Amino acid sequence: MHNFEFIRPADQAAAIAAAAQSKTAQQGADVRFLGGGTTLIDLMKLNVETPARVLDINRLPLDKIEVTPDGGLKIGAMVRNSDVANHAKVQKDYSVLSQAILQGASAQIRNMATTAGNLLQRTRCIYFRDTAMACNKREPGSGCPAITGHNRTLAILGASEHCIATNPSDMCVALAALEATVHIQGPKGSRAVAFGDFHLLPGNTPHRETVLEPGDLITHLTLPAPISGSKQVYLKLRDRASYEFALASAAVVLTIASGKTTHARIALGGVGTKPWRSSEAEAALTGKPATEAIFRQAAEAALRDAKPQSENKFKIELARRCLIHALGMATAS
Amino acid sequence: MPKSDSSFGSASPTRRQFLLTTSSTVAAGVIAAYTPAHAATEFADESTAAGADAPSIEGEVPITLRINGKDHQLRLDPRTTLLDCLRETVALTGTKKGCDHGQCGACTVHVNGRRVLSCLNFAVTHDGEEITTIEGLGTPEAMHPMQAAFFTHDAYQCGYCTSGQIMSAVALLKEPCGPDDPAVKELMSGNICRCGAYANIVAAIQEVRKRA
Repeated sequence: MHNFEFIRPADQAAAIAAAAQSKTAQQGADVRFLGGGTTLIDLMKLNVETPARVLDINRLPLDKIEVTPDGGLKIGAMVRNSDVANHAKVQKDYSVLSQAILQGASAQIRNMATTAGNLLQRTRCIYFRDTAMACNKREPGSGCPAITGHNRTLAILGASEHCIATNPSDMCVALAALEATVHIQGPKGSRAVAFGDFHLLPGNTPHRETVLEPGDLITHLTLPAPISGSKQVYLKLRDRASYEFALASAAVVLTIASGKTTHARIALGGVGTKPWRSSEAEAALTGKPATEAIFRQAAEAALRDAKPQSENKFKIELARRCLIHALGMATAS
Repeated sequence: MPKSDSSFGSASPTRRQFLLTTSSTVAAGVIAAYTPAHAATEFADESTAAGADAPSIEGEVPITLRINGKDHQLRLDPRTTLLDCLRETVALTGTKKGCDHGQCGACTVHVNGRRVLSCLNFAVTHDGEEITTIEGLGTPEAMHPMQAAFFTHDAYQCGYCTSGQIMSAVALLKEPCGPDDPAVKELMSGNICRCGAYANIVAAIQEVRKRA
């Protein structure tokens, strides 16, 4: 591991000022915030991340979950994943978030990983993690050997000719369906970013994964007031029963009245280069009867633009069936 | 099969004592010429070999860790993981290094009462915090109920993952967990056992939970 200077900023302002010295907040950052460390330290051991300065923000007071004046929820950046998943209000009103977190990683990792850190976790693409290989995300312009190589677990939605890396998060899939907002404090002030705008598609710049700029610190997330009576399901399909990343997953938030879907929020995981909100599936469901025939149409719509690679064509059908089954679970409950 | 207890309290040196002695002798020879990445210094009482004369490390960070109820004042290279600090600096080798990348659970310890992976933590981030390792749970003469249950149920074969399994299992007792075996399996999925002792591990945990 490359050497680094360890700094524990006294407060938020000091953390932001120190991070603003970085030339980028994306791949290649020379200053990094350290939260739970479950991604960053792993990648530092692999020399994929080589920050010269590490800012330990674990003791900043960003570790609270509070109800907002509009009845929504504010989740501090440093709240550990397990504390979000086991929070009574999250379990009651935002159960898709609790389900998604508890199906990700392991109990130990959930105790360590933070809310903001989960938004910033990096792809598990083996070419990204191996510095002996080319990777446009790690070294812009070096090429993408995954496209002609081992790509069974990689993305079928949102990829480009430069990068097909999957976003690995479960939590973010639920946050996309719950229409969360990301709150960022930077050197020039604070701003709020809709969840769907926070992660970027790879396009020509796969090394840029989020809207974050040097010095930007995620302070908290907010969730809108819960939709009363909504049914929520997170279904995750993977190579083993637990402690494995998704091959396909679906987050479903559904409200049904008189047999018809009045409100649908759908997001997919394990298949996209970012947490994949499907407005196509939502449109196919809204105002229609909550029947399996309609669910099939929604799943068709969600995967219509999917582009498989040499090893992952199976993901298209897997993701369709995952969404259909999740919708069935939501309406049966 | 009855298990021999001959390694405890025996007059002859055990494998563990032999390895501890030889590895520290080798390490002392190496340190004279070379400072490894996880080089560190512990300042304990006068009886320790490493003292105020120990060479300082560039960028070292002074911290205090409370490990198994005892304060340790340390000066660490910030790259030192909590795992390497426990094993190499404090010489508590019960915590095991498996994958070193957060994929196996062998290095599980408790920080402030919660289970974490010590391989994905820098030790310096835990200044002032309370660390519990397998050595802090019980002794061969007075085992923690979970250690005793693992022994009774033969919940291991090679034993390499066992300290991590037990640290996870003890933490699980205080976590939200359904009563049935599948709930236990799900919450123990972060601890891999290559020998496949899973059925006996679950039985051991369930016995302790039922008695509690």
